[in-house]
Amino acid sequence: MADDSDSKGSELNSRRAFLRGAATFAPLAALGGASLAAGDVAPPPAAPTSIDYAPAFFTPAEWAFLNAACARLIPHDENGPGAVELGVPHYIDRQMGTPWAEGGIWYMQGPFVEARPEFGYQSALTPKQQYRLGIKAIDDAVQAATGKSFAALPPADQDDWLKKIEKGEVKSDQLSLKTFFTSFLLKNTLEGYFGDPLYGGNKDMAAWKMIGHPGVRADFLEFVGEAKPYPYGPVSLHGKRG
Amino acid sequence: MADPVKPVDVVIVGFGWTGAIMAMELAEAGLEVLALERGDDADTVPNWAYPKVVDEIAQSARNGLLQNLSKTTVTLRHSKDELAVPYRQIGSFKPGQGVGGAGIHWSGVHSRVMPEELRLRSHTIERYGAKFIPPDMQLQDWGVTYDELEPHFDRFEYVCGTSGQAGNIQGRKIEGGNVFEAPRSRDFPLPPLTDPPTSALFAKAVKELGYKPYALPAANASRPYVNSYGCQLGPCNFCGFCSDYGCINYSKASPQTTILPALYRKKNFSLRTNAHVLRVNTDSSGKKTTGVTYVDAQGREVEQPATMVVLAAFHLHNVRLMLSSGIGKPYDPVSGEGVVGRNFCYQVLDSINLFFDQNTYINQFMGAGGVGQAIDDFYGDNFDHGPLNFIGGGVIWGRQTGNGPVRGIPLPQGTPAWGSAWKQAVKDNYLHSGRIEAQMSNMAHRGCYLDLDPTYKDAYGTPLLRMTLNWQDNEQRMSEYIGAKALDIGRAMGAKSMAGRIIKRGTDWDTRPYQSTHINGGTAMGTDPKTSVLNKYLQSWDVPNLFVLGANVFAHGIGYNPTGMVGALTYWAAANIRSTYLKTPGPMVHK
Repeated sequence: MADDSDSKGSELNSRRAFLRGAATFAPLAALGGASLAAGDVAPPPAAPTSIDYAPAFFTPAEWAFLNAACARLIPHDENGPGAVELGVPHYIDRQMGTPWAEGGIWYMQGPFVEARPEFGYQSALTPKQQYRLGIKAIDDAVQAATGKSFAALPPADQDDWLKKIEKGEVKSDQLSLKTFFTSFLLKNTLEGYFGDPLYGGNKDMAAWKMIGHPGVRADFLEFVGEAKPYPYGPVSLHGKRG
Repeated sequence: MADPVKPVDVVIVGFGWTGAIMAMELAEAGLEVLALERGDDADTVPNWAYPKVVDEIAQSARNGLLQNLSKTTVTLRHSKDELAVPYRQIGSFKPGQGVGGAGIHWSGVHSRVMPEELRLRSHTIERYGAKFIPPDMQLQDWGVTYDELEPHFDRFEYVCGTSGQAGNIQGRKIEGGNVFEAPRSRDFPLPPLTDPPTSALFAKAVKELGYKPYALPAANASRPYVNSYGCQLGPCNFCGFCSDYGCINYSKASPQTTILPALYRKKNFSLRTNAHVLRVNTDSSGKKTTGVTYVDAQGREVEQPATMVVLAAFHLHNVRLMLSSGIGKPYDPVSGEGVVGRNFCYQVLDSINLFFDQNTYINQFMGAGGVGQAIDDFYGDNFDHGPLNFIGGGVIWGRQTGNGPVRGIPLPQGTPAWGSAWKQAVKDNYLHSGRIEAQMSNMAHRGCYLDLDPTYKDAYGTPLLRMTLNWQDNEQRMSEYIGAKALDIGRAMGAKSMAGRIIKRGTDWDTRPYQSTHINGGTAMGTDPKTSVLNKYLQSWDVPNLFVLGANVFAHGIGYNPTGMVGALTYWAAANIRSTYLKTPGPMVHK
């Protein structure tokens, strides 16, 4: 099936990416930007490379999980690109360096008590902690059941695990994996997929092109009165046209 | 210790819409005016310049323009016997932050009120009898009449350059406008905006159903406009970034686009940002305010003396300041006595997403916050409530506010949340779906109120405001009735499927998904000091040199968007302060 072979391809790609990233990160850092050879300039922020990215927050095991999970949440298929090839794991890793990841835009004073779901997030865990504990809990559960890590499972098995987690059927005594899945892993994957490329995902605005979203064109005076297809492709925050 | 600083005539707490209006009016009257704003300074350039601000990650996913809840928030519960928990993340409502306040990220729907809403208790008894009012409903008149407010509604619309079409000018009904509206003295300053696809489909469908559509009044300019302060607006280009965003285009009315450039030229006005007011100070009698105490950017407490204090912060902060300053008797839901925190209300919103076939282009990325077609056939008391047995109503609209994929792509019921089937649905529906809504009133009920939380505190050590609120039977039955009408409209618009949220009997308030920032009540205005905090001029019954502005002065939650009413009430209060209070300071209405 095209679906399976493609996702296997992207899984291989992402592992290769990680290995290359790890191998090249130190020398690059040591050289510094000024020493790069002509023609070897850093890519513009609107075009994140999937090859030379080394995660700043995620460990190798976490990175493998994140790439594998993103590849299933938004797979490459006949409708368009998948989350991994558009850089969604990079987006999530970069978000881990923002105040949001520390709970900085939330009220995080205790006491933390259980409440009905309608009252929203009541956990003391920051997004960073959600990812750190959530990925480990899932990998531990998968390991205990199959002897393999989540990333090493075949895609169909990964889908089954994600569905069970989404339904709240996989438990951890440290956190709600259902909340981790819905409010962090999936939510942030969608953000990265559909957000502006400057944040690391949505490479070449491919997700916008797939659905017909014009990005930040933000000027529709001549078109708003007509229920017709909009004729232009997207524009990114950096002014790149897609 | 607080360092004494130079006294001023007036200190204004909060610098959004109401603060800007009142500062302008009192500066024009020659007073030395100081505004204290807890957030940062901000202006169209650089803060909302294109393209930086039209960033869904920064503004919608990370709440860039909203109140930072890590500093202060509220706690929530459904009824007085539950434990309240903090509103830790932005959800059901979106308070703003910084100069301009919620006047920056609002959408721009600019309505008035119906005359009978301001005398709802009297009106209901006249039409349906006193027994029609449920025993726990705290229905009361506001103390001010529509006729008194009309010049101030008009004033605020002409400051904002509001786009719309009159349906009633001095009693003359006009086709194409809202035939239910109360008489206005003249037409809107600007003609209506162009209808986007959702609104055009809505107007056609409701006409076929026998209703009377009108262009929703929008403080999004349809033409170039210069207001009486000399501030200029440019025509809205339907960029699709309105609610959650500052306007890139000088089209959406905000304090920055309509008042502040003129105010900043006045030498007797000054603004201090990063100044978080902790309390309103009173003298030993408790009947006179002497100014306020605030925390500055460096964390130092500063005592600011003033002859007169105006609370002009967002609803939540105004109510909490009254409670934490000990001004006015706090409301007790058991005895029914006390007034501060009483009549806390929200607004009921039914939201229906419509999914069309592949040939029907809605293009939801285009739009403006205020643009839309609406009907008032089920608003207020425009329909006979006798056989229905509930009080209140709402506006049903087909707006197209602008939406992008990070803000969430609505999908038909039963669509998986991820995977290839989700992707197919996103691709099939993004350009071909729209939304209609019913936005309805929320009456005041005995068990819905605000007080100070006994456990949780903010970053300054002040107790958080505690909200006790849930949907009551009256509102649930109203929503079932009007929600069914909205579903009929959705079907008549040709939707192949619909999905959404209609509040029904048994539905509890869910604080997670965004619903509406139109929270109101808590420091009600009124005719009786036993049931209101403020008199009809928004002057404290207890401390006559303290005035309180904002939707917190509402006696119940109206179905319309509140900003038009909030602005008009501010001009009304200012006009009376200038004509009466400043000449003879003291109570303007005697108890």
